[in-house]
Amino acid sequence: MTPTGSPPDRPAERPRRTLRAPGRGGGDGAAGSETGVTAPVDPSHPGAGGMPDGDQAAAFARPGEAPAPAATSPGTGGDGQGRDRVTVIRIATGVILAAAALYAPFYFEPELNRVLAQVLYIAIAAMGLNLLTGFNGQVSIGHGAFFGVGAFTTAILMVDHGWTYEPTIPIAAAVAAAVGVAVGVPALRVRGLYLALITLGLAVIFPRVATKYVKGQGGIALLRPDRSEFNSLIDGLASDQWQYFECLVIAVVLFVLAWNLVRSRTGRAMIAVRDQELAASTVGVNLSRVKVGTFALSAAYAGVAGSLSVMIDRAADGTNPILYFQRSIEFLVAVVIGGAATILGPAVGAFLIVFLRRNTENLIEGKEVLAPAVFGAALIVIVYVLPEGVVGGLRKLVARLTKRRVPPSALTAAPMSESAP
Amino acid sequence: MDLFISQLLNGIGNGVVYASVALALVLIFRTTGLLNFAQGEMALFSTYISWKLASSGLPVVAAILLSMVIAFVAGAIIERVLIRPVEVGRSPLNVVIVTLGMFLAINSFAQLFFGTDPQTMPKPWPSDASGNDERINFLGQSISWAVIALALVLTAECVLLFLLLQKTRLGLKIRAVASNPDSSRLVGINAGAILMLGWALSAAIGALAGSLVAARSTGFDASLMATVLVYAFAAAALGGFDSPLGAVISGLVVGVADALTTQYVDALNGIELVVPLGLILIVLLVRPTGLFGRQTVERV
Repeated sequence: MTPTGSPPDRPAERPRRTLRAPGRGGGDGAAGSETGVTAPVDPSHPGAGGMPDGDQAAAFARPGEAPAPAATSPGTGGDGQGRDRVTVIRIATGVILAAAALYAPFYFEPELNRVLAQVLYIAIAAMGLNLLTGFNGQVSIGHGAFFGVGAFTTAILMVDHGWTYEPTIPIAAAVAAAVGVAVGVPALRVRGLYLALITLGLAVIFPRVATKYVKGQGGIALLRPDRSEFNSLIDGLASDQWQYFECLVIAVVLFVLAWNLVRSRTGRAMIAVRDQELAASTVGVNLSRVKVGTFALSAAYAGVAGSLSVMIDRAADGTNPILYFQRSIEFLVAVVIGGAATILGPAVGAFLIVFLRRNTENLIEGKEVLAPAVFGAALIVIVYVLPEGVVGGLRKLVARLTKRRVPPSALTAAPMSESAP
Repeated sequence: MDLFISQLLNGIGNGVVYASVALALVLIFRTTGLLNFAQGEMALFSTYISWKLASSGLPVVAAILLSMVIAFVAGAIIERVLIRPVEVGRSPLNVVIVTLGMFLAINSFAQLFFGTDPQTMPKPWPSDASGNDERINFLGQSISWAVIALALVLTAECVLLFLLLQKTRLGLKIRAVASNPDSSRLVGINAGAILMLGWALSAAIGALAGSLVAARSTGFDASLMATVLVYAFAAAALGGFDSPLGAVISGLVVGVADALTTQYVDALNGIELVVPLGLILIVLLVRPTGLFGRQTVERV
């Protein structure tokens, strides 16, 4: 079905839109092409220009949850004005955020740039987990292990085999994806919380395996590649800025990839498997292939993130027995508080947790042990206040605001056109 | 052979602990369909309470019983205040996040209130002056009192739970809510109260298990329950999450398998956790509902 609609003939197109409501309307195609231009320059928010529109959002929403934007799409979606305004707001936000992300490393101290780069790699791993958990419905508390696999792949290649940094990133992704397949195949047999458990074990066991088989300096599982490997290759760009931009570019590429994937045939298959496995298989979706494939891709994202973490944190560390379990929790939390099954969610979530943790650490003088408590309490509060995550909550808010702003005439006109066919 | 038997006994000792914690997990899962990731930390906090009570002069057994009562109340409050609001009709992921938040918060509160230094829990079974467990001879083997006490406690727990669930009106209500909350509400059961009771019972069992684990080990700190929880999850998964009997048997299986493999398989030295995880994996591949779980029929 080719998108035939363009903004001028939208009124005429309206009845047709309602007829093929379950599919992707022509309006979406238009919105997509409008924003396709802005997306690549939009750093941490590739979806900002064109978050999935009403119809798409309906497909994302799980049964039982109120599909907030979709519910209003007959009103706002059929009305060009409301939709255009939302699009303008989205593009404007996207451009502002893009500018901010590009300017940030020149404005902040090197120390803060490192924190921002940490946000980026956590966002990448969270995006990977989001593909698996948010879009495909497989809960994993083991992504820290894939992250660790990526980190150690990079570190081992650099320290023991003398590789330069950049070529190790695809290798780290590939190795993590291979481990992902190895976990994804048994994961086919189990679902929901059982899967969460198995993956949890994966995260707990990873540092022990690392401690047993990886011997860095002094015989402990801590590998520190040479710092000069990460130096800036561009004059006029300090190393911290260079590292930030490297993370940024990779994050943008991976987010755009994820954004395109979930709107593709494969993405719809992933979502269908999440929402109703049996029904998906009866319409010809190959369940095993989709689930294992998603697992592998998701693990590859985490592997890339782990590889980047070696550059930012300058070490692959297997000495802390619960570090990778904490990472797993971090990613899951980023997905849930950012908004599961959204494109922007993992980035927002990553930003929130990194800065929450940073600010809770020194919040109470002399009581550093309390930092996890504040962090945990903040998580609980966010889940209370924004059960659909920050992005889900914002979507609801935008839907409500634009609905209110639609002129009365349009409000009365919309239902008529709905009932026309 | 002696080594084998002593490892076997050691495994049973561990297994009993895993079984108790797994029992607590299963109780919550049966009544609410949730996995409580904070179970271990709730038990840790209660353990600290019983340690505090015991070191302020109360007899150990009384201290543990009192901490169980406190945990019972606290478990009910946690269910009502923290879990219920996010549980109703929303994504189970949110509840997972809340229990993970509790995990972090309770652990750090425990460190704040009780300090980070290792503490010694007085033993509720016979021990000599230097704190070692007394041993008795049985069939030519010396068995530590700790193993016997733990086994007795676990047996008592199981019998009491069985009587509660199968022989009382309250137990009937609990089972009704577990099998179908909506229908049980229609026949006049206060499902909310039952859910609170499930969490309360589970917290109390956790308190008991935690205190005994602490008493069995030489010292304990805030990381006491971390590995125990993994093994307990393994036991619960192995037994099928909805079967208390399965949890107990699998707890013992996990404990024994762990002790024997680490004794006889050198390659596993340092990565003992592979054993419970491998067990879960194998069982779930063969029987996705666990050894003792029930098949559920899903409607499309």
